[in-house]
Formats: sequence, C-alpha cells, structure tokens
Amino acid sequence: MKITRSEVEHVARLARLELSDSELDTFTGQMDGILAYVEKLNALDTEGIVPTSHAVPMENAFRPDQPADSIGVEAALANAPLRAESFFRVPKVIE
Amino acid sequence: MKYQVVIGLEVHTQLTTNTKIFCGCSTRFGAEPNSQTCPVCLGFPGALPVLNKQVVENAILAGLATNCSITQRNVFARKNYFYPDLPKGYQISQFDLPICQHGHLDIEVDGEQKRIGITRIHMEEDAGKLVHADIPGVDDSCVDLNRACTPLLEIVSEPDMRSPDEAIAYLKKLHQIVMYLGICDGNLEEGSFRCDANVSLMPVGSTVFGTRAELKNINSFKFIKQAIEYEIERQAEILDDGGKVIQETRLFDPNTGTTRSMRGKEEAHDYRYFPDPDLVPVLITDQWIEDVRATLPELPEAKRARYVAELGLPEYDAEVLVSSRELAQYYEETVALFPQAKTVSNWVMGEVSRALNEDNNRSITDCQVTPALLADLLKLMEKGTISGKIAKTVFDEMYKTGKAPEKIVEEKGLVQVSDTGAIEAMVDEVLNNNPAQVEQYRGGKETVFGFFVGQVMRASKGKANPAVVNELLLKKLNG
Repeated sequence: MKITRSEVEHVARLARLELSDSELDTFTGQMDGILAYVEKLNALDTEGIVPTSHAVPMENAFRPDQPADSIGVEAALANAPLRAESFFRVPKVIE
Repeated sequence: MKYQVVIGLEVHTQLTTNTKIFCGCSTRFGAEPNSQTCPVCLGFPGALPVLNKQVVENAILAGLATNCSITQRNVFARKNYFYPDLPKGYQISQFDLPICQHGHLDIEVDGEQKRIGITRIHMEEDAGKLVHADIPGVDDSCVDLNRACTPLLEIVSEPDMRSPDEAIAYLKKLHQIVMYLGICDGNLEEGSFRCDANVSLMPVGSTVFGTRAELKNINSFKFIKQAIEYEIERQAEILDDGGKVIQETRLFDPNTGTTRSMRGKEEAHDYRYFPDPDLVPVLITDQWIEDVRATLPELPEAKRARYVAELGLPEYDAEVLVSSRELAQYYEETVALFPQAKTVSNWVMGEVSRALNEDNNRSITDCQVTPALLADLLKLMEKGTISGKIAKTVFDEMYKTGKAPEKIVEEKGLVQVSDTGAIEAMVDEVLNNNPAQVEQYRGGKETVFGFFVGQVMRASKGKANPAVVNELLLKKLNG
C-alpha cells in the first residue's frame, strides 16, 4: 500500500472534503494505484539533477513597483454572498 | 528546578513598496475596506500574479545587511490552509529555497557581545484583515482584503537567545536595520513589524531543547518582554509539577499580560507546500547582488564605530546618535557645518532631543531648527557673541519660530557683553552691595565666589561674558 485510508481521510479533512465510507475506500484504492504508477520514476537515477519546479523554461518575470488601478469596492464585493458596508461578511471567527 | 529559557524569533516586516507583491494595487494604510483590491489579490480564478521587482531588491538588501548569503535560484511555493482572511486558500511564500540564508546579527546585553544566527529570510504575501466591525446588527466577522498580497519579509532567527533581554536587543537591532534600509516603516502598532516568539525551557546545564510554545499577537517591545516572561513562568510551573509542555500556538493578551492557547490549530499545521506554477523562478546574478550592495546605506554599527574612531565621540554619544537614521543624518549635517563633534553631540542629545520630546515626541525631520540653523547658533556661541546660557534661550526661540539665531539675538538684544568697563561697573556694584560675603571670601571661604558670579550674571541679565566676569572678580577680590 502506498497510501492508507487514514491518510486519505486526513488529506480530505485538510481540503474540507466530507467523504462517505465507500468514497474513502474508492479513493484510497484509486490514489494507491496512481502512486504506484508514479513510483516508476524512482527507478531513474536523478543524482545531481536540480528538482524541477516549473515545466516552462523561463525566469525573472517582474513588474515595476508602479500602482495600477484597483477595481473598486463594488466590483470587489459583487460576488460576495454576504457583505456588511464595505466588508466581506463571514461567519464569526473566534480565536 | 532551575531552567534555562531558549528563544527563537520570527519577525514579519511589511515592506514600504508602493504596490503589492503580486499586483499593482496600492499598499497605502487606512483606505476604505476592500478599495485596494483586484482579481489577483482577491484570489479570483484565472488571475495571474506577477512579482514586484522592488520586493526582491528589498529582500537582497535585508539579506546583505544581516550577513546572509543570497540564494541564486528562488522559487515561490504555496502554503495551503483555510482561513477567511486568505482568499485563495493558500499563501504564496517561499519554502525550501528562501532568498536569504545563514546570516547573523551581533547584539550587546549588559556589556556583553553575542552573535544571534539568522536562519532565513523569505518573501511572502500578507493575508487580509479580519475585523470584528462595530456595525449594528452584525455579529459576524468582517474581512478587509486591502492588506492581502502586501509584501512581507519573514526573518527567522536561530533559537540563540537565552533571556528576554537578549530577545529585545535582537529585535531592536533588527528594527533599526530595516528602518535604516528604508524597507519597512517599523510601525509596530500598525503591524508593519510583527514578532512571533518561540519559547521553551530546559534544565540549566542541559543541551536538549524542551518543547516550545509559539507566542503570537505581540505588537510592542514591552509586550514581547512581558509575553516571554509570562511564558517562562507558566512552563516552569508545568515542568515543576511533573507535567509536559504542549507544542502549541498561544496568543498574548495585553490586557492581562498572559498568554492563552489557540485551540485546534494542530492539524492545520500540515501546509502541503508545493512550487507555485503561476510564478516562474527568480534567478539572482552576482551582478544584481553587487548593484544592490552599492545602494546599502552605512548601517548603525559601522556608523557608531566611525563616530568613535573618527569624530572622537564617547561610545554613549555614538550609540544615541545612531539610534535612528534621521537623527544621525541631522547630526552629520550639523557637524559638517560646525566641525566640533562633541559640542554638536551635546546639543543634539541635549537641547534638540529635549525640545522634540517635550513637543509630543516630534520627529527630528520636522524640527524647525535645521542643521544649518543649529550650526549658525553654535558659531555665535563660539565667537563669543552670546554665552552658552543665552544660546539655550535663543535655541528655544528658534525651535518655536524657526527664526535665524542672529535675528533673535538682535531682536532681543542678547549680545554678550564683553566690554570690560560695563562689566566692571556691575562687579563693583555687586561687591559694594554684599560686604558680608566679601568679608567671608577674604577670610578664606572661597566657595562664596560662585555667589558673586551668579549676582553679576543676574545683573547683566545673563549677557555678561563669564570669562571676563571671572577675571574681574578675581582681580578685585584678591585686590
């Protein structure tokens, strides 16, 4: 086994996903299969090769520190399910 | 049991760039909520972040100023967690390839030098602000995303500090450096310079660190000290009772001076970092580093050493004068015009600082007595046009009105009297009016001399040249 049922449960919880027992079984099996397949890469000798972080051979894409227009409060809040004055309104966060 | 505290600090400094780290929205503080937002910082699907070049240069500056090595190939990573102030569900940060590593700062506590290691400095975006807004009928939390995507440098120290005082010394030093560099406004209250403290205890003599608690929400140097002191007490009590310190995040409460646990954050600490595919790597060449190095200002430590070695100032004076870049600049500009280092130092640390303090801690940059005006005043004193005592009166008037010292001296008729004839008349009068004291002096009680000087100065309204007064008095008394 490349991944356990409880690991899948943990990852699902981190992603705020609620999975039924049968879904957990299904996904554990599927993810195990995927990981086993990808495991083949471990057969390659990658000694001295810099880990790939990006697929596109490009670097240093910068923006100068010059202000651009913002979209405005109304546009920003247009899709908000709830608002209060100019704020996004969310269930109370207690900490 | 006796315990040794072990402290490591994480400091988030908000950079003073005009725009956010990945979009062109303004970073101005205090604007209407959500008015400085766009698809990128709101986390709208499909929006593409583009890195602000200034952030990279500021990070290199910070690294060079703290003796770090600069990482050549930088990658941004996503730190995944859910919180309402984080619109994308991840924070763009750096993980295994931070821009600066392996630095250090030297601090001094009770006359002892100590080197504090800096593990890393990395670039990241800030989250938005959760507000419990005072809106009638609304008990929910409110989110303002103006701060979201504001550039931060997170500066992580090694767990090298062994007392609250060392922690404060390190923080003050770091604070001074980012202010000197001009990359952070240093405002603790507005959250531009935020500190988290990792605190643990181990038995004295041990080398194995205990379990640490992470203290958050501390926005003044005083509170940092308080929070650490409270935490030392709390953990010592647990350990003395045979208990175990739990690794957790604790919030400092400034009202009670205590810390309390933030519940249920443990599982969320699994951030599942991975390289952000939206942002290409940043390659920093040696040439770029050297170009940035050329813009490094003289840092407080070097300045202090120079003031002592080249200007001959006492350590104490040098330390005070370099405390802020603005004060040091004021001092240097004045010395350039009136090259008597110690006299200028006395005035800047004395009259100038006193006047600013009494004036609501006004900043030196708002002082009406410019370096040029202060130098003019000192020149008048040096020439003997006015006495040191009168100079202070003139200074107060300059501070209030911004007028030139010559003008004030002329308007108020404060020119020092060095005319021997005029002073002699005053000396005679004082001696005639105080025969008893004259008798005492001649009988051997030389301490009365000061009394005569005082009387003559008063008779002249402070304008008599003290050297001439002394000379004449001595001559007449000793007959």
